[in-house]
Amino acid sequence: MSTIATDAPVALGQAAPTPRQRIKVGRILAHLALLLFVALWTFPTVGLLVSSVRDRDQLAISGWWTSLAPSVRLSAARIGPASGQTQEDGKYVVKGNLFGADARGLSIEGFGATNADVRAHPAGSTIDDFNGGSLTVQSTGDYTLSSPTQLAYSGQPRVYFGVGSPPRFTFENYRDVLAAEGIGQSFINSLTVAIPATVIPIMIAAFAAYALAWMRFPGRGFVVALVVGLLVVPLQMSLIPLLFLYNQIAHFFGGEAKGYVGVWLAHTAFGLPLAIYLLRNYMAGLPREIMESARVDGASHFKTFTSMVLPLSFPALASFAIFQFLWIWNDLLVALVFLGAQNDRVVLTGRLVNLLGTRGDHWELLTAGAFVSIVVPLTVFFALQRYFVRGLLAGSVK
Amino acid sequence: MFQQILAAVIAVAIALAACFAYFWGTNWVLDRLLMARPGMSDAALTRRDTLRSQVRPWLFIGPALLFLVVYLVYPVFETLRLSLYDKFGTRFVGLDNYVWALTDDTFWRSALNNVGWLLIVPAFSTAFGLIIATLADRLWWGNIAKSLIFAPMAISFVGASIIWKFIYTYKGPGLEQIGVLNAIVTALGFPPQAWITVPYLNSFLLMIILIWIQTGFAMVILSAALRGIPEETLEAARIDGASEFRQFFDIMIPQIWGTIVVVWTTITITVLKVFDIVYAMTNGEFQTQVLANLMYRWMFISGDYGRGSTIAVIIMLAVLPVMVWNIRRVRAEVGTA
Amino acid sequence: MSTVQINGLHKRYGNVEILKGINLDIKSGEFMVFVGPSGCGKSTLLRCIAGLETISDGTLAIDGEVVNLRAPSRRGIAMVFQSYALYPHMSVFDNMAYALKLQKLPKDQIKAKVGAAAETLRLTPYLDRLPKALSGGQRQRVAIGRAIVRNPKVFLFDEPLSNLDAALRVATRIEIAKLHERTSNATMIYVTHDQVEAMTLADRIVVLNAGRVEQVGSPMELYHRPANLFVARFIGSPAMNTVPAIVEEGGATPRVRPEGHNAVRVDVAIPAGAKGQKATFGVRPEDLTVSQGGNDAIFRGKVEIVEQLGELTLLYVDCGNPAEPVLAKLPGDATVKRGDVVALTAPPSALHVFDADGKAYARDMKH
Repeated sequence: MSTIATDAPVALGQAAPTPRQRIKVGRILAHLALLLFVALWTFPTVGLLVSSVRDRDQLAISGWWTSLAPSVRLSAARIGPASGQTQEDGKYVVKGNLFGADARGLSIEGFGATNADVRAHPAGSTIDDFNGGSLTVQSTGDYTLSSPTQLAYSGQPRVYFGVGSPPRFTFENYRDVLAAEGIGQSFINSLTVAIPATVIPIMIAAFAAYALAWMRFPGRGFVVALVVGLLVVPLQMSLIPLLFLYNQIAHFFGGEAKGYVGVWLAHTAFGLPLAIYLLRNYMAGLPREIMESARVDGASHFKTFTSMVLPLSFPALASFAIFQFLWIWNDLLVALVFLGAQNDRVVLTGRLVNLLGTRGDHWELLTAGAFVSIVVPLTVFFALQRYFVRGLLAGSVK
Repeated sequence: MFQQILAAVIAVAIALAACFAYFWGTNWVLDRLLMARPGMSDAALTRRDTLRSQVRPWLFIGPALLFLVVYLVYPVFETLRLSLYDKFGTRFVGLDNYVWALTDDTFWRSALNNVGWLLIVPAFSTAFGLIIATLADRLWWGNIAKSLIFAPMAISFVGASIIWKFIYTYKGPGLEQIGVLNAIVTALGFPPQAWITVPYLNSFLLMIILIWIQTGFAMVILSAALRGIPEETLEAARIDGASEFRQFFDIMIPQIWGTIVVVWTTITITVLKVFDIVYAMTNGEFQTQVLANLMYRWMFISGDYGRGSTIAVIIMLAVLPVMVWNIRRVRAEVGTA
Repeated sequence: MSTVQINGLHKRYGNVEILKGINLDIKSGEFMVFVGPSGCGKSTLLRCIAGLETISDGTLAIDGEVVNLRAPSRRGIAMVFQSYALYPHMSVFDNMAYALKLQKLPKDQIKAKVGAAAETLRLTPYLDRLPKALSGGQRQRVAIGRAIVRNPKVFLFDEPLSNLDAALRVATRIEIAKLHERTSNATMIYVTHDQVEAMTLADRIVVLNAGRVEQVGSPMELYHRPANLFVARFIGSPAMNTVPAIVEEGGATPRVRPEGHNAVRVDVAIPAGAKGQKATFGVRPEDLTVSQGGNDAIFRGKVEIVEQLGELTLLYVDCGNPAEPVLAKLPGDATVKRGDVVALTAPPSALHVFDADGKAYARDMKH
């Protein structure tokens, strides 16, 4: 009794939240949490995309998140020689514009006699002891150096200033990277690798999957187990023996070991376990009575396969095709090993890795190049997400 | 340029024609060789039917089997053999390569890094995936959110590496930072860092890339599993007075436990094979080396087939338990017929 | 017009025997129905006839030819599946024409045959549609049409009505009965677990249980003269009341005493030697009436439950064994209430007696 008596007023005093209020707070938290995740997962890509269309000079000196604000770049110009001075209102004056003839909407943010000095003097202010005169610079670039006495400096002294340039977006980076850096050629190479290597395994896998799903024969269980086992075998196990094999074949026929045919066949083989597994699962799920009905109607296995199973398995075939295409397009290792890194045939991923090595600081090129490489898979992904998800669900060993 | 694409398209046409010719042709030949002839006894007919039904499956799986054996089965054994041979694959050296691996510092560094990857990436990917799936299924814009978080799945490891290298990029102190990470660090008043070169921390920064990619995978699979939970069990728990948190941990998690394990192991396999990210970001410098990249170096830079094979075999050994487990589960499901 | 003979047919999956020696002789033009509880092997037997399952032992002959190993398509059969098994990506026309196309029939013949079948099944307006655009009944008719166009010697039906709702089931049942007439009495074999379908459609019914044939006979034969306890309980709804009993007397004036009740006179041929042996006493709920005087009562007990179904009233009467109340089917206007004590009676001619092994003693049939 006593505990109840002492506890009760406290509980009342705190005015415990009603369930409804609690749910509301929970909801808002859920929205915020998910928003945070979405932000974390999208900003990296957005940053890449934004950066790839920024002006090269602006990109190098300011973060992409400031790209809509004018960027400030350090620059320097020389003022006119002392011989050009005129007299105005009893003062000796040198006048001119720091931008020269072409101001192009640029504006001066600050200026100074030395590099470190720039931030100390905003546009419109005056430096009093500049080569024996006082220097005023307007944001338009117009400067006036004036002195009550005659100016007697030699040469053309330098003025350092920060130029604010308006945000500038351009496709120049893409032009550069596609042509000069060979991304364009690599794009074609990637397509050359991906198209046949996506199509070839489908048919081979579909026939095998049908046999494993709908035909009874001794050894079937073993083949299914083999396929499942091979699903996880690391590619690394295959590389060395296959390279040996390719070299021997090339030696025998006098051709070249590295080439498109080799990559196509390698990708076909490496894609087969997933293809067979995925298609077998799907085909095994087709109604048994349809197969039996076709059998009673007099269809052979070949006919059942071509006229029933193939058309009915379209969603699974599409799923696999998307997987295989994405996997090949994104692959680096297989292409590197079996096609090589030569300039005329290196695929996009390989080219990007090369760029990272040689142009590591040229973010305008790297971002544009990377975007060229991801735009294809992203398009495929967003257009065919349904099939992609379905395939993913069917393909994970459950 | 377009000749090249044309060549690819022609290759597709030739390959399809060859496939079709093979499957159609062998089936035709089979039916022809064993076809019903007038005047044949019923028993003979039936015998031929049976024979055909025994041969045909092998015609169907033949090409696939050929590919699998040449490109995956044979290489596994050949790599095993090569791991017992010297640099050029000519002289038998017994377990020398394995002894070398176990005493080599770089190998141990790589193996340890791999263990770090194995512990961290699947854990975070699965946890984030589960959280996002749970949140998204409750909010009206959940599908859009899932779609956006899923998208990195489609991006290559190399592309993702560039995206994140840009985030980690470093400019000298006093300059404006263009990498988000350093911009945040300097805004908080700390000096900027060349993150990629800071040992141990850098490995973690590389792992973030893979987590960023794999979370979408975990999310999609787990989201489907969560939707498969019978609504009644949650309603019953609600009536029993379970809070949202209790419902999540007592009712939902146990029901999708199997799926969580599958997601975890699938990501584990991906992690074991991770090569591109390390290759592109650091090429194993600054103590970020992992086995897959180390294997590539020994194999293709140093040209040492023995040591390259040895490292491949060790990766394979790490995959082996998952492989055995998968096979057993599928066999239990499909039966051994 | 074809016969189907099954001789000593066995079907085994590994060590499990599904069919344990089936012998059947199906006459030409007969409508034969297989019934039995689920798992009794009726579908397996049908699939053995179709050729979808291999036969482990014994022979199957169609029109006198043994076809054990012959491919389904060469057996001259057509099958209507439980799920219809329509090809979802083909139009109604293509569904029906598929088998004919495989037979490489000329196009105009295919068109004519499919057209005729569609006409009789009222499917002509739907020939271009895909199965998913059809109603359940229409899909069912397409499945039947697919069988008709092949002009088979034997039609096989595997629970074809179980996916339809009650009203449609009746309509389609009548459709199938008409089909039997229209196909000039083609041989039909029909599998169902629904005894109403079996009773209404069949010329003869095969009752299967645990892989064996329990009884073969016309519907009325099975109802009035079940060969054993299993058939007695399986045919008829609600099921026959069965009570353990002792034979009081055999011979000319057979009498049986159900456990816990008085001895009753039965019109059943019980040999005199069976006196004192254990037996089972059976009476159908619809044969029981409430006895006014109570002198002739077979059962006496308290009414536990009254179910009024409108056209009839079901009584559950506790007659000493609460686990197995006696069921009585009374007219809809019966005025018995729960808790009433009633006496139930039936004429001797309506009673059944089974021996200790469950085999029926022959009934003195006046029906």
